[in-house]
Amino acid sequence: MGAIRLENVKKTFGTIDVIPGVDLDINDGEFVVFVGPSGCGKSTLLRLIAGLEDVTDGKILIDGIDVANEPPAKRGLSMVFQSYALYPHMTVYNNIAFGLKMAGESKAVIKEKVQNAAKILNLTDYLERRPGALSGGQRQRVAIGRAIVRNPAAFLFDEPLSNLDAALRVNMRLEITGLHQDLKTTMIYVTHDQVEAMTMADKIVVLQAGRVEQVGKPMDLYSNPANKFVAGFIGSPKMNFLGGDYAKKHNCYEIGIRPEHFTISTESGDIAATVKIAEHLGAETYLHINADGVGPMTVRATGEVPLSEHDKIWLTPEPDRIHRFDAQGTALAKQ
Amino acid sequence: MSTRSSTLTGRIMSAPSIIGLFLWMIVPLGMTVYFSFLRYNLLEPGMEEWIGTLNYEFFLTDPAFFASLANTLLLVGSVLIITVIGGVLLGLMLDQPIFGRGILRLLVIAPFFIMPTVNALVWKNLLMHPVSGMFAWIANSLGFQSIDWFSAAPLTAIIIMVSWQWLPFAVLILLTALQSLDRDQKEAAQMDGAGPVSIFFYITLPHLSRAITVVVLIETIFLLTVFAEIFVTTGGGPGLATTNIAFLVYTQALLQYDVGGASAGGIVAVILANIVAIFLIRLIGKNLDS
Repeated sequence: MGAIRLENVKKTFGTIDVIPGVDLDINDGEFVVFVGPSGCGKSTLLRLIAGLEDVTDGKILIDGIDVANEPPAKRGLSMVFQSYALYPHMTVYNNIAFGLKMAGESKAVIKEKVQNAAKILNLTDYLERRPGALSGGQRQRVAIGRAIVRNPAAFLFDEPLSNLDAALRVNMRLEITGLHQDLKTTMIYVTHDQVEAMTMADKIVVLQAGRVEQVGKPMDLYSNPANKFVAGFIGSPKMNFLGGDYAKKHNCYEIGIRPEHFTISTESGDIAATVKIAEHLGAETYLHINADGVGPMTVRATGEVPLSEHDKIWLTPEPDRIHRFDAQGTALAKQ
Repeated sequence: MSTRSSTLTGRIMSAPSIIGLFLWMIVPLGMTVYFSFLRYNLLEPGMEEWIGTLNYEFFLTDPAFFASLANTLLLVGSVLIITVIGGVLLGLMLDQPIFGRGILRLLVIAPFFIMPTVNALVWKNLLMHPVSGMFAWIANSLGFQSIDWFSAAPLTAIIIMVSWQWLPFAVLILLTALQSLDRDQKEAAQMDGAGPVSIFFYITLPHLSRAITVVVLIETIFLLTVFAEIFVTTGGGPGLATTNIAFLVYTQALLQYDVGGASAGGIVAVILANIVAIFLIRLIGKNLDS
């Protein structure tokens, strides 16, 4: 069981409010991703849940029990660190066994659990090696193995994939998602990469400056962002924001349209623009354009589009995909 | 840049300094070896003659030799234990974010900059003196008899002084090693349920093993030749209680004017130092491979 509930959790370092007060509900078995730009407090929030930092105020409830003043070990959580934090002088076996050893498990039990974890993570052949003799992906697996043997109430991941190369990252992403499906344990995952957030999460928590901007399913955040920050952060390439006359036409301060929600024409449309750079990826084409009276925008077209530099084009946004914002950046209902 | 001609040029260019360093080492060693086979006493000039290994026989069968060998090993061993354990504990303390840490670190390092003779004089006259020393004053004001350190426990007194001198070195090396310990590792151990004691033995101490090796090796080299502290305080006595090999060689050479015997003693000391070094490197040198 691993239902986690944060009630008005605050953290200050000196005079700086890093987390001014967060309320959050995480259901048992959920995969929750904390996402936000660097310095938004997402790692601090994770460390508060882990117990590696003390909360300044507020409650952290795990299965209904307030653990805010308990040491990390008493909370029954395990964590995978960005640097993996493997013990360099211990073999893979001892790395994975360390938590069980500290819990005073018998040798036979430890052996069985370590062997099981090694089997799940394809580490059986490496148990006698030291972390120094492993590749990045294998170290990552050892770190996960160390976390799963303790059978925790929840897993905490602190940007676990940021030290891996792009290809490996995609692999590990699938492996972690698969692991979650097998174990059905609560997972809290911190990342600054919105692609990881979109692909892995059951629920995304978008943070900025220690504040929760929006909580929801990935596609909810994509289709109905609560404000301009979430709209700009979720989705790649970024949403385009248009002010002035275009916004007035929709009775708001600013409108936002995702790059993939335009119809492109070489003859006529709402917005006239010139292509600056066309990135042809085969399956899709990114057009970096200069729109008349608006400035630089990004448009994404599916498939191969026969456009290149200096071509004149016209864009028409899909009317039900236009996001409207007021002057404070809060989203208004769609028209 | 590793063509044959550039390699050759490199060798030619570095040859003078290598030859110079080699002569620097081999000439004194060769002369000492040569003297050790002579009957060579400064009180009998012009009477030098080849006597084979007689000097070695005298030196090695001298009861003073075994006493001083034991003293040397006891001194080196005790100081190593005190400085390594003390160094780890002080290092751990100075690694904490405590008030006045900068000044505290400076104070801890200070003894290392004091020359051994001054160190010995301070301890002898200001601290351990049975009448006017501070330890005597403390003992007296608590109602105890003061201890005459240099006659009651002379080797212990020397060990205390030398440890005081070398503790900062150990702290310096071990503190830098502690600072390079990844914070994530400690936190991971915390998450794994390890308490402060377990973290120390399972995470911190293994991390320090290489630094401890360095401390032990370097200190051993210098501690085998401790001289000034003994010369200034006890003069090797009472009896042979504080005579180590280095001091024994000195008494041979300069108190008995026996250059031949002292040279033999010196060579024996060199061989002993090498035995200790081989032993140490075998024992703990594998820590230096990564």
